[in-house]
Amino acid sequence: MDWMIEFTLFLILIVGALLVLGVRDLLVAVVTLNVFSFITAAIMVSLGAIDVAFTEAVVGAGAVGLFSIVAIRRTSRRSED
Amino acid sequence: MNGSPDRDQRDPCLDESLKEPTDSIIVDIASRVITPFILLIGLYVFFHGHYSPGGGFQGGVLLAAGILLLRLSLGVAVSQAIMPTRMTLRLAAGGVLVFLGTGLAAVFLGGNFLDYHYLPLPGLSPEYLRYYGILLIEVGVTATVMLTLVAIYDELLGC
Amino acid sequence: MKVLSYIVLAAFFGILVRAIVELPPRGDVSSPVHQQTNATGTPVAGAYYIQNAYRDTRTPNMVTVILGDYRSFDTLGETIVVLAGGVACFFILNTRRRKP
Repeated sequence: MDWMIEFTLFLILIVGALLVLGVRDLLVAVVTLNVFSFITAAIMVSLGAIDVAFTEAVVGAGAVGLFSIVAIRRTSRRSED
Repeated sequence: MNGSPDRDQRDPCLDESLKEPTDSIIVDIASRVITPFILLIGLYVFFHGHYSPGGGFQGGVLLAAGILLLRLSLGVAVSQAIMPTRMTLRLAAGGVLVFLGTGLAAVFLGGNFLDYHYLPLPGLSPEYLRYYGILLIEVGVTATVMLTLVAIYDELLGC
Repeated sequence: MKVLSYIVLAAFFGILVRAIVELPPRGDVSSPVHQQTNATGTPVAGAYYIQNAYRDTRTPNMVTVILGDYRSFDTLGETIVVLAGGVACFFILNTRRRKP
């Protein structure tokens, strides 16, 4: 029963990674990357590593998103890829 | 952040809009109300790290998030009152010095490096000496992480 | 290039599914990571930490004890790395005070 929860979370994780790679608007990519971080934190909780999950949620949602948004404002919002 | 077409043609170093206060009164009031609670939760996570998940790193990032929310919404000039830009990296280095000083104090008082058993805190049993030694180094970690994040943000904006 | 990244993601998903299928159940005392000695017969440091963390420091959170006391030299290096990142950003991004 344990592995079904993790399988679902891994599926959402991979779909989130596909969205980050595929989307053209970099702001949408940053927000999707935050969702990816939260799913990673949920996987860590389901594995029993609460401290790692806390760090992942705080850093992935707070610091990475904020700095990425500032970097996008300083450069360009659209991806050339 | 409305994606105006002329933003990409401008020199990015001249884009000063992130340094100015927001136009929206909703964002202004909401950030002013939310920020004390974010800082309080950061302090709780830091001081309660001995009993629950948390500790120096997570509490530091939460405190930095509170300050950076003020930097984003009220503008860089107004939010200098809570943490001046020129003090950030110096206080971050001070955090590392607190950590190193805790270790070196144990060395000079006869123990190994970072052996809290030898710390000069009077009237405490060795177990509680270790307890407060952990708290001391967490202070250093928290100061370094929080002020380094604020310094990186300020350097990103200050073009 | 995009096809390559999709292939890498698919392989990563396969590795993750393989990992969760092979994991032992949570809290299984007979799993290899919970033994007091490892496969070669040497005692494991984690057993000492679990038995003595509260007695040594009176701190209930074992992760804090390991990060802050038993492995505090690691934490010192981690803190210095964070500070080095901040100083590197200062010297790269600070163009205001640079003399031409």
